[in-house]
Amino acid sequence: MPPELDQTDLDQAQLDDLRRRQPRFRGLEAGHRACQGCGEALAARLVMESIGPDVVVTNATGCLEVFTTPWPQSAWRVPWMHSLFENSAAIASGVEAALKHQGRDGTKVVALGGDGGTFDIGFQALSGMLERTHDILYVCFDNEAYMNTGIQRSSSTPHAAATTTSPSGKARMGKRHLKKDLLSIIAAHHIPYAASASVAYPADLRRKVRHAIGIKGPTFLLVHSPCPLGWAHDASRTVEIARLAVQTGLFPLIEMERSEVVGVMPIREPRPVTDYLSLQGRFRHLFNEDDPRALEEREHLQALADHTIAKFGLRGDGPDPLDSDGADTVRRGGNSA
Amino acid sequence: MRQALEGSQAIARAVALCRPGVVAAYPITPQTHIVEGISKLVADGVMDCELVSVESEFSAASVALGAAAAGSRAYTASSSQGIMLMSEVLYNIAGLRVPMVLTCANRAVGAPLSIWNDQQDSMAVRDAGWIQLYCADNQEAVDTTIQAFRIAEATELPVMVCVDGFVLTHTMEPIDLPDQTVVDAFLPPYRFARMLDPARPISLGTLVDPGWFTEARHSHHHALLKALPVIEQIDRDWQAATGRAAGGLLEVIGPADAPTAILCLGSVASTFTEVLEDHPPGDPVKLIKLRAFRPFPAEALRAACVGVKTLIVLERALSPGLGGIVSVEVQATLATVPDAPAVHGFAAGLGGRDMPVELLPDLLAAARAGRPGEFTIADVQLSKLPEEDR
Repeated sequence: MPPELDQTDLDQAQLDDLRRRQPRFRGLEAGHRACQGCGEALAARLVMESIGPDVVVTNATGCLEVFTTPWPQSAWRVPWMHSLFENSAAIASGVEAALKHQGRDGTKVVALGGDGGTFDIGFQALSGMLERTHDILYVCFDNEAYMNTGIQRSSSTPHAAATTTSPSGKARMGKRHLKKDLLSIIAAHHIPYAASASVAYPADLRRKVRHAIGIKGPTFLLVHSPCPLGWAHDASRTVEIARLAVQTGLFPLIEMERSEVVGVMPIREPRPVTDYLSLQGRFRHLFNEDDPRALEEREHLQALADHTIAKFGLRGDGPDPLDSDGADTVRRGGNSA
Repeated sequence: MRQALEGSQAIARAVALCRPGVVAAYPITPQTHIVEGISKLVADGVMDCELVSVESEFSAASVALGAAAAGSRAYTASSSQGIMLMSEVLYNIAGLRVPMVLTCANRAVGAPLSIWNDQQDSMAVRDAGWIQLYCADNQEAVDTTIQAFRIAEATELPVMVCVDGFVLTHTMEPIDLPDQTVVDAFLPPYRFARMLDPARPISLGTLVDPGWFTEARHSHHHALLKALPVIEQIDRDWQAATGRAAGGLLEVIGPADAPTAILCLGSVASTFTEVLEDHPPGDPVKLIKLRAFRPFPAEALRAACVGVKTLIVLERALSPGLGGIVSVEVQATLATVPDAPAVHGFAAGLGGRDMPVELLPDLLAAARAGRPGEFTIADVQLSKLPEEDR
């Protein structure tokens, strides 16, 4: 701000106007208390930047809520509300109904939650929100476990991942069950738009947020967001690991309209799942060569990735600037070898 | 104009007169007729509100919370298991100090499953930080519903209006529904000061560390205590507007100097009022009709008990392993009073058991025979139980 524009000389209306006209409005400011390398913090910032200032945000209990709002501080520059773990979708429904009744329909409503608050405990409220066709974008930051309580397994935790409630040991190889196929369940509500995205592909994520927020009706985004603490990986490799999740086929980036798949991010050359698994401590037990179950589980996970690639037709037909290798590279267009 | 209305229909019409912006609806016996009534008023275009038919009571309370936080007048209703499922949200609404109104059509809490009336449900959430008002008849239910919105908005606290399930909700009574103009004057449009608004962004529901939590609780406690005169004043304002009061914090019925008093909440107060008129007992007895249970009107109760030697507390709930809920609170309130009355605690009418006119002389006899401070379930039929359970 130039010196002649001393903030104290401005009235509230001028301040409001300045705030709204920032070139890139940051709904979620820096200075919060997320861990180094937090995928969720980065994803939340990207989502909020794409939505802009005219929004009301609801937030389920979880890391995002805790690290952004230690009273009396808050990193939010948009109206934001946290109530409970399992009701982000339901309080958002109430906010949306109120805005509609007040004729404030132009204001967007965004509900946020982690995978625990979305796949598990808040699932019923989310299903209700979608069924009632509220005009709300629900964004799930998926870091595949209950991180805020100290890394417990959720229904989003991938098969074989170790968490504090699905540890590996003599009798177990991490989580016994599969990651819940939430997008298919969301799609079964026949909502106008549902998509997966990754914090590793910010341009793709921004495009999906802008598309979803422009649609009248319920929309859903599942954003893969690595957690260095919970996944036990180097905090500097968050984006690299998120990219590998897409490039191996373990986390497909797809878009659905009314339950039909209408777009996928093609994978240029699928990487073996071990490239992804070996960088993370939560899969360390899968690389114990003395344990015959380790190879079996690695093969199992490779088979799951192969199945996903085949199911969604993820394999590209050659280099594409928007495929898993081209998108969001330093050289836009991404045709470098 | 007086008209014959079922309690639930009367409450639905009273809610409509308050012009809520958002109503969240989920069915549960015996509350269902209220949200059905509102749904029909919306369908007929009588009510201009967003009716959100949710998938659980948990979401009903959450939707109302979101709507109220976004600046709309919000309402929902429930009973029993629904109140229990809501309980986490109820604490949250009160802790966030967001004003809204909820009707609790009082019903027993299972197991064993019972759809019938007692007051265990609202008693179970008495510590949630809501204002709780109990109604003795359906005219009070109508008047209290309208007052509740004004109390909520004046105090920034949520208000639970408790009406006995079936006894009130399913009973036809002649009701005087006020005119819309009267309600509009009494309850003007409201703007929630901490409304979620992009022009004035605030963070609502943040994490509070041990350095602040105690202060938040203190502030909440005092907000409820400060609501006591507000509840009284708003009832007086209502009386000025309609000629009818709804019972203030509590109401004393019968001879003021009676040495024996019976304190109760809800519809049984109407039953006992009639008993005292039609079959007056030999010794004078007065009735203390407790309307505000939270905040607890300690001063008013002490004043009502001056000269009382024997105080019978009758409640439709209990705390297993302790005994009475209301009676223990009443005893504590009177503990510091010189010549405090002997308090005899009774539960009766659990799970819909009828409270007949004979109950009143039975209670008087039981209090004479019993020891002060004792708690008894007055109408239990021990012969139905195996020897070891009696």
